[in-house]
Amino acid sequence: MAEREIILEVKDLQTSFFTDDGVIPSVDHVDFHVKEGEILGIVGESGCGKSVTSLSIMGLVPSPPGKITSGQILFKGKDLTKFSEKEMRKVRGNDVAMIFQEPMTSLNPLFTIGNQLVEAITLHKKDWNKKQAKARAVEMLKLVGLPRAEELMKDYPHQLSGGMRQRVMIAMALVCDPKVLIADEPTTALDVTIQAQILKLMRELNERLKTAVIMITHDLGVVAETCERVVVMYAGKVVEEGTVDTIFRNPQHPYTKGLIASVPDMRHKKQRLYSIPGNVPKPGTIKNGCRFAARCESVFGRCTEENPPLYETSANHKTRCFLYDQKEVEVHDKTAATS
Amino acid sequence: MTQMVPNSTNEIMAKKDTSTGPWRDAWRSFSKNKVALVGAGIVLFFILLAIFGPFLAPQGINEQAIKDHRLLPPSSQFWFGTDDLGRDIFSRVIHGARISLGVGFFSVVGSVVVGSILGIVAGYYGKWIDTIISRIFDIMLAFPSILLAIAVVSVLGPSLRNALIAIAIINIPNFGRLIRSKVLSIKEEEYITSAKAIGMKDLRILFSHILPNSLAPVIVAGTLAIASAIIEAAALGFLGLGAQAPAPEWGKMLADARVVLRNAPWTMVFPGIAIMLTVLGFNLMGDGLRDALDPRMKN
Repeated sequence: MAEREIILEVKDLQTSFFTDDGVIPSVDHVDFHVKEGEILGIVGESGCGKSVTSLSIMGLVPSPPGKITSGQILFKGKDLTKFSEKEMRKVRGNDVAMIFQEPMTSLNPLFTIGNQLVEAITLHKKDWNKKQAKARAVEMLKLVGLPRAEELMKDYPHQLSGGMRQRVMIAMALVCDPKVLIADEPTTALDVTIQAQILKLMRELNERLKTAVIMITHDLGVVAETCERVVVMYAGKVVEEGTVDTIFRNPQHPYTKGLIASVPDMRHKKQRLYSIPGNVPKPGTIKNGCRFAARCESVFGRCTEENPPLYETSANHKTRCFLYDQKEVEVHDKTAATS
Repeated sequence: MTQMVPNSTNEIMAKKDTSTGPWRDAWRSFSKNKVALVGAGIVLFFILLAIFGPFLAPQGINEQAIKDHRLLPPSSQFWFGTDDLGRDIFSRVIHGARISLGVGFFSVVGSVVVGSILGIVAGYYGKWIDTIISRIFDIMLAFPSILLAIAVVSVLGPSLRNALIAIAIINIPNFGRLIRSKVLSIKEEEYITSAKAIGMKDLRILFSHILPNSLAPVIVAGTLAIASAIIEAAALGFLGLGAQAPAPEWGKMLADARVVLRNAPWTMVFPGIAIMLTVLGFNLMGDGLRDALDPRMKN
């Protein structure tokens, strides 16, 4: 496969919230990139900064109290953090689109589906007339696999099921052919059968339209099913990054190992499901050392004193853990043996 | 009977009612509420009276006949009797509907418009704008409303128009606060974020997404406010600060009747009943609207 170009690159991004308790960095020096037409998964527990990362890319961090305090978000080489509000509005929906967790509340209850789709189209395609916009809306509804698209245009959101609404949201996000689609937990609020349908749809659309997708989720199943590469986040930091294959076959960071161990496995009847002890620390509470140290099973002295950097353990695998420091790689790293 | 299996839920809904929408649903639940319908009936009756009153009134309203029929009790000629200047009370009450409903309606429209704009700006932009607007509302609400109205009228001069303005002003903070709180909750809704995420402008979000979604409680409060505005207009009229003689304003008629109350109670009873019925009608209708429009009442 030809090497695809990087379309969106997040460099050293820090988004902080200025609260009464002080400055809290929700996203702390995060780096990752998305290539054209790629599906990238961002995984982590609740409160580890996934959603704030996506809102930062869209320039929609609630301000105040939130603010991007440092770093760059490069879309096609242009830094979105330097864009004015007016320029950002042109980017949103047109270049980078987003869908949300709750399809039940993501549509305005007072307007018909058609109304809202046409509105989304005419926002960016100023020279289109109503008829063109309508035709495009119907085309999009068909594309996301909704039957009776013409009739659906006249329906109100409350007449649709959750799965149908999420399809409408996807249609609305893709209506202007964005290059990147950010999906913030798109299947969390749906039941399992519908989840599978929506994921399948997103994969198909990714193949057909070549839209890069950032899939934000806490569900490793979703990642395994859809993504090519994964970024694992913990307490505002990227702790592990790699292709889906390497991460699932050979998870390196103890946190990723814990996450994978917490997925129920039907083949082995274990007495109890594994769970990582403790909770995600409140961002900003840990000043020194690895943020995962308090919950880590392999913790040793150095972990509580220094902040581990991201170690490149192989060409497509990075881990933020001292276990993979050069000095200790030979002892701990199994990558060499397996690959 | 063969049973048809509908293809989807939409088909079922389509059969029941061709156009379903939030407003249509509200109307359906409103029309089931008997008490509210009675209220709406009363309101409709008075609205018709206000429109066609001048054609219905059997007598002129300002034709005085002090010699011939002063303070006559209700009879077949003068259904509601006559007042101390010999004017037909029935005709005057009918004409009064236009004044009272007019004051009630236009003062509420005025306060809704001004209150909505202030409330939306305060709720959406927040920060210091919110602080300033909210504190002004607090100050206005700290005065007893009728006292504030009297103050406004005494600055502007007593007349029906100024009474209307005064009533509109004292109601502004009620609507402003209502809209502000509604905007505060709606702007956190996900469809607002998703509207932003497709690149919509603030102003457009305000007027095409937030405003329509915050209208339901305003309609309810507006209906109820018309009732209290009518009472306030009557009170100002009674105090001589509203409509001026010889306008057939209900409150003014009550004030004029005070002197002859002992001998001719009908001079006070009929305008009083008119006020009571109108206010009751608006209140019943408003309660019905609340049941129909408040999402918490939905099943």
